[in-house]
Amino acid sequence: MTATTKSLRRWGAVHKWTSLICTLFMLLLCITGLPLIFHDEIDDLLHSQVKSAEAPAGTPPADLDHLLANALARAPGKVPHFLIWDRDEPGAMWVSVGPTIDADPTNNLLIRMDTHTGAYLDSPDVTGRFTYIMLKLHTDMFAGLPGKLFLGLMGILFCVAIISGIVVYAPSMRKLRFGAYRVQRTRVVRWLDVHNLAGILLVAWTLVVGFTGVINTWAELVLKMWQFGQLAEMTAQYRDRPVPSKLASLNGAVEVARHAVPGMTPSFVAFPGTLFSSKSHYAVFLHGDTPLTSRLLKPALIDAETGTLTDSRDMPWYVSTLYVSQPLHFGDYGGMPLKIVWALLDILTIFILVTGVYLWLRRRKAGVSQERAIANAASIDTPALTS
Amino acid sequence: MVAHRSLTRIFAAPLVIAIVSTVGLISALVGDGWWDAVSWVALGLPVLLYLLFIWRRRPN
Repeated sequence: MTATTKSLRRWGAVHKWTSLICTLFMLLLCITGLPLIFHDEIDDLLHSQVKSAEAPAGTPPADLDHLLANALARAPGKVPHFLIWDRDEPGAMWVSVGPTIDADPTNNLLIRMDTHTGAYLDSPDVTGRFTYIMLKLHTDMFAGLPGKLFLGLMGILFCVAIISGIVVYAPSMRKLRFGAYRVQRTRVVRWLDVHNLAGILLVAWTLVVGFTGVINTWAELVLKMWQFGQLAEMTAQYRDRPVPSKLASLNGAVEVARHAVPGMTPSFVAFPGTLFSSKSHYAVFLHGDTPLTSRLLKPALIDAETGTLTDSRDMPWYVSTLYVSQPLHFGDYGGMPLKIVWALLDILTIFILVTGVYLWLRRRKAGVSQERAIANAASIDTPALTS
Repeated sequence: MVAHRSLTRIFAAPLVIAIVSTVGLISALVGDGWWDAVSWVALGLPVLLYLLFIWRRRPN
């Protein structure tokens, strides 16, 4: 056996095992990810929502203190955690409220408000929705952070499977033209060709979507890192100050932030005492206006007692990496045509997974060593497999 | 069947497609309008090639 054959067999073993372990979960991710590409369209189709008031361009937004008071009137006994501008619907904003300021915000009630009139629109319970169930299955399989990190590990295996797949593609194609599809041959040969063709065509896309998916599973950890790093640094001198008994104007705080960071638009406000702020600040997060900079957030900290700016910094590289990796995973940054292409690429990935499992089963049944079959393309032509 | 192919020949087309895909992935992040169109075409290419290769070899 030559050194090359030996090394190819090792790569074949890596490809086999990494693929086998992650395939079932990758199938789950591809299947649940497919409707998630179109989650906005599906929600619009399945669920009606109160329309925000018609507002001609240039209509000034409602006073935010007024809007907040209207929202809280609908949720007696609750406290506001976040005020969020809707990315896709300029006429609507969200107020996220919880039972106490330190309650887990993932269980918060979301109240939808009209941006221009400040009036209450609705507060839909999204947890029963089809898209919500798909999202939970896709992100953590209803198993919280451990589920997320586990799927991240499967994503890493998927990336290793792709890279080892590139290596074993070479011996498979030694005697074939690029794009060969041997239509007259048995199914195992045809499906090998489909597996090789789709696999090699999609290499860049599957690697990017796979790896950005892995990064997304670390989102909570990244935000914790930011909270204990940059945020703690920015608010160090306020650490021992108590929560202000009376908060300064929210509208004023957002105005101060807008002036402090010209050219950027508010994305959300974190109230004092939440994960994204200190006990004594409003944290106003602003974003830019190109497809890329609209994903990057910059916090401006406003003293919640005096309403003055205390600090504003660009977020560190690890947070920016997380935010840039999101569109690259979701495919939501190039309009409907890109979503459709994303869906087609997702379907082709399902083909790769299914044909891969089939090839493994056939070779196992035929008693052919996978490593040898992968290292030596000719073995696919053994009588046992072409019968 | 063709004769033994070199690694360069095996990976020439895949490399070009990977580069085009990467351009497509980045393009829509950089801007809107034409930038988006570039990414539709560049990322649509692998899908198109797949269909082309599978359908071309179908017996008539």
